[in-house]
Amino acid sequence: MEHIELDYPAKRKVPKRAHVGVVGSGDLEILLEPAEGEIAHVTIRTSVDGFRDTWKAVLDRFFTKYDGAVRIQINDAGGTPGNVQLRLEQAVEVSER
Amino acid sequence: MSNKEYNANFINRQSFIELDARERAKALFDAGTSRELLGPFDRVESPWLPMQGVTPQEDDGCVVMKGKIGGQVAVVVAIEGAFQGGSIREVSGGKLAAALDLACADNEKGIPTSAVILLETGGVRLQEANLGEAAIAEIMASILVLRKHAPVICVTAGTVGCFGGMSLAAGLCSYVVMTREARLGMNGPEVIEQESGVDEFDSSDHALIWAIDGGEQRYAMGLADALVDDDTPQVADAVRRLVSQGVPPVYRSSQVALYRSRIAALDTSRQWDPRELRALWTTNGSKEEKR
Repeated sequence: MEHIELDYPAKRKVPKRAHVGVVGSGDLEILLEPAEGEIAHVTIRTSVDGFRDTWKAVLDRFFTKYDGAVRIQINDAGGTPGNVQLRLEQAVEVSER
Repeated sequence: MSNKEYNANFINRQSFIELDARERAKALFDAGTSRELLGPFDRVESPWLPMQGVTPQEDDGCVVMKGKIGGQVAVVVAIEGAFQGGSIREVSGGKLAAALDLACADNEKGIPTSAVILLETGGVRLQEANLGEAAIAEIMASILVLRKHAPVICVTAGTVGCFGGMSLAAGLCSYVVMTREARLGMNGPEVIEQESGVDEFDSSDHALIWAIDGGEQRYAMGLADALVDDDTPQVADAVRRLVSQGVPPVYRSSQVALYRSRIAALDTSRQWDPRELRALWTTNGSKEEKR
């Protein structure tokens, strides 16, 4: 299991927290919570070691569009980059609803 | 029924099996009455999985909700089959047992509270074996105390089904609800094949597995009380009906003499066809058990 932490700049407050997904094979769980300040902090625990660069690429891309001040925790059981992107977008959708 | 109507029914059907544990639990309550206890944001996860390099889930794959079913107070505990095969462990088992104990305490205080447990599980989680065994013992003890006060309803919808120690817990419940897709059995097909050989049980033969462990067979043999389609309103209706039915006059698990005599009368020197066994043991037709 690999542990990855990433930080991104943020501009706005997020209305509420969101929980999506399951730690099942090829899937992941995301917990998104509003945070104080102008920073977004991402904590990742993944069952597949050695994909730090891929995680960073997926989240770099996600944060080019997303500017919420949040704490995001990801528990991953081998989700593909596409799957991770979809779960992140789903978490945002739930938190803005 | 014309083809067109059939397709419309199929397309508009709200599958229960396709829901995750949280959605399944919520779907059983009267609209707007449910709230989750000890949810993922409380972050009570397994301390043992990270030590073994396995990613934990924040609710440990166990969702506890309280609310009303058919106007009556009820607690629903749903095991998430997609996380570690729905295995029972220190945290998830502890949450399940504690929820049943709290329901029991409420009943003793004069607040009638039923319990519904949604089981999609292969039994004990191997990474926490002893703690899981202890948790299942606690769950079974809790069911035995609670079922005197209020119905404890087990729903196994599939596709994991209910095996291992938790099949015993299902056997203690006041009522069992199954779909055709669900399976209920003590030892799983692969375990039986591994221990007794392929002649005893061919675990690659899916038709055979469902003919023995499947919901239709279990219902016909009197080991389940309701057989429903994979349809959310149908599952919720069955649960609501059983909650309002209250405590059953006779428990399946107290009919030791009946089941012993059935097994004693069976010629085990040959393989039985599941249909033959169903004809021999049919109870839902004969009302033999007066349930």
